[in-house]
Amino acid sequence: MAGIQLNTLRKIYAGNVEAVKGISIDIKDGEFIVLVGPSGCGKSTLLRMVAGLETITDGELFIGDRLVNNVEPADRDIAMVFQNYALYPHMTVYGNLAYGLKNRSIPKDEIEKRVRKAAEILEIGDFLDRRPRQLSGGQRQRVAMGRAIVREPAAFLFDEPLSNLDAKLRVQMRMEIKKLQKELGTTSLYVTHDQLEAMTLADRLVVLSGGVVEQIGSPIDVYEKPASTFVATFIGSPAMNLLPLAKSGNEWKLDNGATVDVKLNTDLSDLILGVRPEDLVIEELSEKFDSGLHTALTVHVVEPVGAESYVHGTIGEGSVDVVVRAPGKLHFEPGQILKVTAKPEKLHTFDTKSGKRIELEGALETA
Amino acid sequence: MKRVQFSHPLMPYMLLLPQLAIVGVFFLWPAAEAIRASFYLEDPFGFGSTFVGLDNFKDVVSASEYSRTAWFTLIFSAAVTFFSLSIALLLAVKADNVIKGASTYRTLLMWVYAIAPPVAGLVGVMLFDQHIGPLNDLAHALGWNMQIGVNYFDTAFAMTVIAVWKQIPINFIFFLSGLQSVPKSVQEAAAVDCRSSSRRFWTVTFPLLAPTSFFLLIINITYALFDTFGIIDLVLKGEPGNNPVTLVYKVFLDGFRGNDLGGSSAQSVILMILVFALTVVQFRMIERRVHYS
Repeated sequence: MAGIQLNTLRKIYAGNVEAVKGISIDIKDGEFIVLVGPSGCGKSTLLRMVAGLETITDGELFIGDRLVNNVEPADRDIAMVFQNYALYPHMTVYGNLAYGLKNRSIPKDEIEKRVRKAAEILEIGDFLDRRPRQLSGGQRQRVAMGRAIVREPAAFLFDEPLSNLDAKLRVQMRMEIKKLQKELGTTSLYVTHDQLEAMTLADRLVVLSGGVVEQIGSPIDVYEKPASTFVATFIGSPAMNLLPLAKSGNEWKLDNGATVDVKLNTDLSDLILGVRPEDLVIEELSEKFDSGLHTALTVHVVEPVGAESYVHGTIGEGSVDVVVRAPGKLHFEPGQILKVTAKPEKLHTFDTKSGKRIELEGALETA
Repeated sequence: MKRVQFSHPLMPYMLLLPQLAIVGVFFLWPAAEAIRASFYLEDPFGFGSTFVGLDNFKDVVSASEYSRTAWFTLIFSAAVTFFSLSIALLLAVKADNVIKGASTYRTLLMWVYAIAPPVAGLVGVMLFDQHIGPLNDLAHALGWNMQIGVNYFDTAFAMTVIAVWKQIPINFIFFLSGLQSVPKSVQEAAAVDCRSSSRRFWTVTFPLLAPTSFFLLIINITYALFDTFGIIDLVLKGEPGNNPVTLVYKVFLDGFRGNDLGGSSAQSVILMILVFALTVVQFRMIERRVHYS
């Protein structure tokens, strides 16, 4: 077991396409790190660089204390779980699990012991004699996991391992992966585009966009203090509402003229105000407070999802779509005007140009 | 399966008739004729025939010439099949790894396939020509006094080389497409599991190529046994003399040069039985083990 250290890793493909633009992450021993981002953000490339399946253009990669930039994948002491499982179709389940051990000249009885143990943990003991094509998707996924476990590597690398499973199985396997990782205590690097998977699995999240790190932090940190408008909209569903905020005199106002009571020490004349749908509450349902945000919302569409309803609406002319997460039992009509409000500590502010977070004054004290 | 209703019960047979007619006229009838002729002693000038039972077969099998030809055919077929498959596989594996100029490289390797077989055979023969052949010159430069058409081994060598050379492109095309259909992620998984690339090839890539290899094995055995007729004829320039010939070429020699139609037919029948047995063995024994997905 070992930590993994990425020092300004860069990947430049032929034709000067820079897929990974100098990423540094310090992964502690036993930590579960999830790389999350939209497709094309470089997360898979980064994982494959750690695995050794892509060359590293620039930067340093350490697994444990060892610089592994030019080390073959088989010698990096990592095991990888692939998106489409990548099982060897001509080998039995036992053969698939044992293959990596046989090639490392591990004694036969030790192989047998490890395979049986992994099969027991993953409940695939009954299928050891079968070929991959005779297994269901979930069973294949377990075999792929088993192939990683038997190796007892320094780190597990997961490349979107659950994306080929149906929704129910995905939730179940997600929990199992988390449990297994905690039991084994093996350092893990996990790539996904599914923010829910990222939130539930990660000790720390790495949000990537366009080949750069947008934010690294615990899932809750990333959720509560998104470092940029990109993170704010990418993490959380429905996404955070972003509204333009302009300074007029000493006050900050929304497009519809509503005053937002924020304390900011800045020279900027405009900002982006962020508020999560669940922090935007209907005024009648809320305790009274003066500061923060108070505005009227014209309801357009309501999406009832059972326990709650997502109320989509606008605030004034030309406003962007604003979503409010309301209790599910309430009824709304399109065209209805709602008074909504948000507490000051629930507001986020971002720089209009760079999209970077600007910390509100006093937000920390009230929170 | 969807059932198609024909307006008349004879309709499907009518639709099959042209194909069946071709099979009947060009395959079944000659085959039946060969079987019949193998039991008769034909007059070389066509003045009738006498039923001789199995005498033709006895004569053929007991002739020392026949067993010599059969041995040569076996060795020749095995060598052609082995070398054309293994060289093509090697080239395909190397071509699969080429990134820059891949398509040019592949086109060059497939080029021979685009040439008509007799032309390719002729080119091959010219390469080995006693007077103008560069391969002949090369052999002499290396101290090998190559005499094609005179020396038994030299002639066999030239036949084998030309036959292999002609067959490599088609094997190459199939192997290359077979290699490209091996999932990339499986190869990557193997790269994580196994350090040695040659071991990876023999334990993962090669077994996954088995369906392609099996198909090519049948094609190549058939080719070496039967389709090399033209190349052998070109190398021998129609004058076999004491030189090696395959069983198929011997059928032609005995039947049309030696005018021994009965003996020639008996040889054809033996070949027919051989091919039939070979087909059964291949499909029964081998095919069972080569399909995975």
